[in-house]
Amino acid sequence: MNLKAKFLMGAATVCTMALGSAATAGTLEDVKERGHLLCGTSEGVAGFSAPNDEGVWVGFDVDACRAVAAAIFGDPNKIEFISLNSKDRFTALQSGEVDLLPRSTTFTLTRDASLGLDFAAINYYDGQGIMVRADLGLTKASELDGVTVCLRTGSTTELNLADYFSANNMSFQSVVFDKSDEIRKAYEAGRCDVMSGDRSQLAVRRSQLPDPSAHIVLDEVISKEPLAVAVRQGDDAWGDVVRWSFNVMVLAEESGITQANVDEVLATTNTPAVKRLLGSEGEFGAYLGLPADWGYQVVKHVGNYGESFERNLGKETAIGLDRGLNALWSDGGVMYVPPAN
Amino acid sequence: MNTERIRSLSIQGAALLALSACVAFFSLNAIENMQALGLTTGLGFMGQTAGFDISFSVISYDRTSSTFGRVLLVGIANTLAVSSLAIIIATIIGMIVGIFQLLENWPLAKLCRTYIELARNVPLLLQLVFWYTCVLSALPHQKSSLSFMDSVFLNVRGVFMPWPEYSDGTRAFYVACALSITALVYLVRRSRRVQEESGEGKAVFIPFLLTTVGLIGGAWMIFGQPANWTYPVLKGFNFKGGTWLPPEFMALLIGLSLYTAAFIAELVRGGILAVSQGQREAALAIGLTNWQTMKLVMIPQAMRIIVPPLTSQYLNIVKNSSLAVAIAYPDIVSVFTGTTLNQTGRAIEIVAITMGFYLCVSLIISAFMNWYNRRVALVERT
Repeated sequence: MNLKAKFLMGAATVCTMALGSAATAGTLEDVKERGHLLCGTSEGVAGFSAPNDEGVWVGFDVDACRAVAAAIFGDPNKIEFISLNSKDRFTALQSGEVDLLPRSTTFTLTRDASLGLDFAAINYYDGQGIMVRADLGLTKASELDGVTVCLRTGSTTELNLADYFSANNMSFQSVVFDKSDEIRKAYEAGRCDVMSGDRSQLAVRRSQLPDPSAHIVLDEVISKEPLAVAVRQGDDAWGDVVRWSFNVMVLAEESGITQANVDEVLATTNTPAVKRLLGSEGEFGAYLGLPADWGYQVVKHVGNYGESFERNLGKETAIGLDRGLNALWSDGGVMYVPPAN
Repeated sequence: MNTERIRSLSIQGAALLALSACVAFFSLNAIENMQALGLTTGLGFMGQTAGFDISFSVISYDRTSSTFGRVLLVGIANTLAVSSLAIIIATIIGMIVGIFQLLENWPLAKLCRTYIELARNVPLLLQLVFWYTCVLSALPHQKSSLSFMDSVFLNVRGVFMPWPEYSDGTRAFYVACALSITALVYLVRRSRRVQEESGEGKAVFIPFLLTTVGLIGGAWMIFGQPANWTYPVLKGFNFKGGTWLPPEFMALLIGLSLYTAAFIAELVRGGILAVSQGQREAALAIGLTNWQTMKLVMIPQAMRIIVPPLTSQYLNIVKNSSLAVAIAYPDIVSVFTGTTLNQTGRAIEIVAITMGFYLCVSLIISAFMNWYNRRVALVERT
């Protein structure tokens, strides 16, 4: 997008704030009435949210929206995707332009408490990292005194980096870009020595470099970045729908239910917890204002958490991330969601 | 009084009232919506510590202690620095290219034409990206910089130059400079007076040169050298010492200057062509040379046509400088409407301040150019 247009859009979002009436309650009713979900995505980050060759939005963050659409409509395609840059994303959510925002957004106190939004579910536990050229021979982040760092504007990254260098009494110089691609180009051209960002993003950019093996992501993690799905504050019922549409994916993985075997499990299982999760027993759907089989629909159409991870980010993809912190708690990770009881 | 006046006043009053009502409605609605969402408003955030780094700043900025208010000032200073330099460079290039097109020199005129067509017809954003990624990013790595006399270094990180630092003789040097400028003003005035009285020219340059050399040399001998120069030296990852201009700044300056200069060149050409041909012929007939005709007859008359549209070119430079964010130059849009907005989430306040800034700068430039236009406008003799 043209940058001047982007600036105008910023002004336009301000106008939306002035014109529109804030949707404070009843997002679920609004969505049902509208017949589709408004999902705020990135401008294209491979693995998280980007259109594929056929122009269909795919990715790990996209799956969070697909799960909600599947739970409400039984159809993961009843979604309108709205591509947002990191500056416009919160205003778009606040003004009702989107219903939910799964856009690699870090859950922080300031955002939670002062921006009129709530974080319904943490879908990826990330941390900020540093990528360097392998031939520099660096192994530790503490050897980085005096480096030039390429990074992206409009995120928690800039602050974390400054804090990290200050805490370690090191100096640095930043070159701040608006787009992921521009960071990669500047880094390739040698404008900066290192690149910093969420480790998942670094993995994406590394996979796009001509020779990924010539670059290493240092082991140090300089911040906690719990990436979460944001919803508007003040509509708790909607927050519940989004939260449990995500939770059901993790619970399905815990119970070994996959996209492939969900029908079979539903037909044969004798476990009450699984029956309740998939909706053949109990009233969870009614509690949330969703159809009784909402859990089944999510797993059927989107798969469980592990499947979504492997399909979009895992070892078989170009990005090649391992589960790390995002493994289930029972496998040594921190992915732990409340039980569906 | 007369009804026409009353009618016009009441229509204006009604329009003003309607406008105020609209503004009030939208502001109240925005405030109400923001309150309903639990959003905090106000300018209190301006006093908070910003905490992030800014890659380049023409005023001092310290990431550990500077506030968001300071970030705004840094953004404003960076925007004004690049815009004002671009205005000067674009004006000079535009004037030269505009005049060159009209000289009877075929290759030169064609060359100027080609430049104008290229610069005017390619979008500015593309030109900026071209200068940044295709030209400046293609420069060598800092370890193999292009160097001039081992003191100026050009590489992918920008240009590194020696820089004068304060020393014992600095103050005396400034005083000497001030005195020699005063001397210049006096010499020019005297020369004009003598010329008007007697028609004889009086030398200005030689006496000025002698005075200046005498003053500055004297100050140097008595008070010591005017500055200590620090030189850039490659240390660790980067050059240290001296001063430095980042490639982002250079790309933006080059891009803005060359783009706008093409439009200014066309204004200059149009302005000169609009002066009646008879003026030129008359000037040549009384024995002025081609160049004298241009300088003394054509350009002064062309100025009154050039100046009003020139104002909009200057306004465009300031506004177009906001494309800086595409090439990582920390202008007001990048550091304030970008990073600060993201850190604080105060969209309405920050966008309003930024719009107010551009509006103020534009109005100041317009006011100045209007004043200048009145000075150069044709004064009809009665």
